[in-house]
Amino acid sequence: MANLLDTLLQGTLLGGRYALMAIGLSLAFGVMRLVNVAHGDFIVLAAYLALVTVNALGLHPLSALLIVVPAMAMLGYAVQRGLLNRAIGRDIMPALLITFGLSVIIQNSLLEVFSADSRRLQAGNLSSTGVSFADGISMGWFPLMTLATAALTIGGLEQFFRRSRLGRAFRAVSDDPEIVQLMGYDPRHVHALAMAVAFATVGIAGTFFGIGTIFDPALGPPQLLFAFEAVIIGGMGSLWGTLAGSMVLGIAQAIGFRIDPGWGILFGHAAFLIILAVRPQGLFPRTRDA
Amino acid sequence: MSNRKARGPSRRTVLKSAAAIGAAGSAANWTTALHAQSTRTLKLGLVTPRTGPLAPFAEADGFVVEAMRKLWVNGLAIGGRSYPVEIIVKDSTSNPARAADVAADLILKDKIDLMLVSSTPETTNPVSDQCELEKKPCISTVAPWQPWFFGRGGKPGTGFDYTYHFFWGLEDIIGTFVSMWNSLPTNKMVGGLFPNDGDGNAWGDKTLGFPPVLAKDGYKITDPGRYQNLTADFSAQIQAFRDAKAEILTGVPIPPDFTTFWNQALQKGFRPKIASVGKALLFPASVEALGDNGNGLSTEVWWTPTYPFKSTLTGQSCRELAAAYESATGKQWTQPIGFAHALFEVAADALKRTKDLGQPAAIRDAIAATALDTIVGKVEFGKMPPFKNVAKTPLAGGQWRRSSGKYKYELVIIDNSQAPAIPVADKLKPIT
Repeated sequence: MANLLDTLLQGTLLGGRYALMAIGLSLAFGVMRLVNVAHGDFIVLAAYLALVTVNALGLHPLSALLIVVPAMAMLGYAVQRGLLNRAIGRDIMPALLITFGLSVIIQNSLLEVFSADSRRLQAGNLSSTGVSFADGISMGWFPLMTLATAALTIGGLEQFFRRSRLGRAFRAVSDDPEIVQLMGYDPRHVHALAMAVAFATVGIAGTFFGIGTIFDPALGPPQLLFAFEAVIIGGMGSLWGTLAGSMVLGIAQAIGFRIDPGWGILFGHAAFLIILAVRPQGLFPRTRDA
Repeated sequence: MSNRKARGPSRRTVLKSAAAIGAAGSAANWTTALHAQSTRTLKLGLVTPRTGPLAPFAEADGFVVEAMRKLWVNGLAIGGRSYPVEIIVKDSTSNPARAADVAADLILKDKIDLMLVSSTPETTNPVSDQCELEKKPCISTVAPWQPWFFGRGGKPGTGFDYTYHFFWGLEDIIGTFVSMWNSLPTNKMVGGLFPNDGDGNAWGDKTLGFPPVLAKDGYKITDPGRYQNLTADFSAQIQAFRDAKAEILTGVPIPPDFTTFWNQALQKGFRPKIASVGKALLFPASVEALGDNGNGLSTEVWWTPTYPFKSTLTGQSCRELAAAYESATGKQWTQPIGFAHALFEVAADALKRTKDLGQPAAIRDAIAATALDTIVGKVEFGKMPPFKNVAKTPLAGGQWRRSSGKYKYELVIIDNSQAPAIPVADKLKPIT
């Protein structure tokens, strides 16, 4: 019993980690219908940005968020306005190819600048302490914090979409970029702002990623894979769906890991395929393609 | 050179003086004259994981290749002639399929004379296989010999025709680890962290790996099974180790996975007395990435600046080579430096002894007859029947300790049970 509870708990925490990674991808997907293949690499880039900030200013990695998040947001705006806006439209291939190219460029630039050495954001005791509830059930503070951050970020963004004028503009531009112009919005600007928000969450995800594990320039693509699965399981355009999708993925993997450590990843992929087969639109889809 | 099998004193003397001149690069006129005689360029292909998760293994390659290019700027002197040497470096991107591809390119397009390959079975095996297939001589290193030999379907006695490998074996690391563990009182319960890759499968193998040997010494191993590399969650393994009350941790995870594991283990209150881990803890950067939690972790040592060997190419001692690396790169020395250097020592030595450089089989014969005192110890094939393609180099045990010096951690040699020639500095201390 304790074993089962611990498995579910670890799965949920793992899901929190995936959720934090997936928010930015889900946003770009939901608003721009853009599959950002470089998403994982931007997460790693954010981790390096946090590393540079921490080293230069001697801050705690969590305080580095104050710099990393706005910096990533600006980068997101620039990337969308300068590059991706030219490529999005009816055909999703050009944008896909551009982000694929970005992925290669980021990985190799990071390799050139930072070498292949493994790095980590030193958060002192935070990354190695935990709490034990009962025999066999325990969890780390940091994974719990990751889960809470993911949930709070998603909650905040959902409120923002629902209540703010800009949030409504995001939803409108997602439904029909041409009509939005009639309402006085420049869809290029709106898209770029949406990407800035997505990249702000990538900044959070990257910093947490860097505290949670060691990273090197090659670790982007594996992060993309899980984030992508979480978004698809949850359904396009729904951030709560992404959180739910991450939980499904995390718990499926945790159960697999318990049965045999070789099966964890497989169970995650299997859950993804089953949901894709049974409910191709995902659990809680919001955007619909005309 | 002095350990080479003698082939008549006159030839050897000629080679020696030629090598000396080539290395010194001072007799410019003479070497230019030699250039005129020989138009043929010797091409060496080098495949290593320059990028990707295995990249720390190839960290020293740039430095070593640069040093070789400088050393051979006037060519490599062979039998009184000087041959220009071209070193073509290819990146496996830590991907076995890519490693095989670039190896095929080197053989078929670049028409290399000799293949050199290094760093984990994921690199050495596909490249060696490709060479065997194309009948191209290949010298391989930095992978325990069992995954290299058995992982490629090698049969004792028959072995391989064109591919040769020098490194230590699982018997050495098991012997070293057990000897380290015996020096401290524990309950002899061991947790094993073996991934689903060439190394993990070899280490965890029920008949050829850790389990049978450990059982003989009274250790009981808990092995929850093979996991995928880049796993995000190790709570299942941690739970299993805790249930078994393991006081010793061992395994062969890749560096990012060990960090994830170790942090999750500490979060969940699992802190073994001893953690002797291969692969993940070889590099100072990986240990530094653990912050203060890296103190007391132990690992295998293939090469350190305190090894008592010298280079046959430059005459540098281990300490001098490590110092040259540190001053050239501004980074702390790392174990692969010695092997990257030794790979070129073995290659140069074999080429110098080759009877007909145009014949791959002749180069192969020269490799097979290698008996050379390199910077990583003696490399001699044919000493380990029935495995004629394998030569073993010495392996010691080391522990990472916090240092007050220039770098955060230093690797202290704590066990030489398998290689008594290596000086020991201290004994294993429990993790506190």
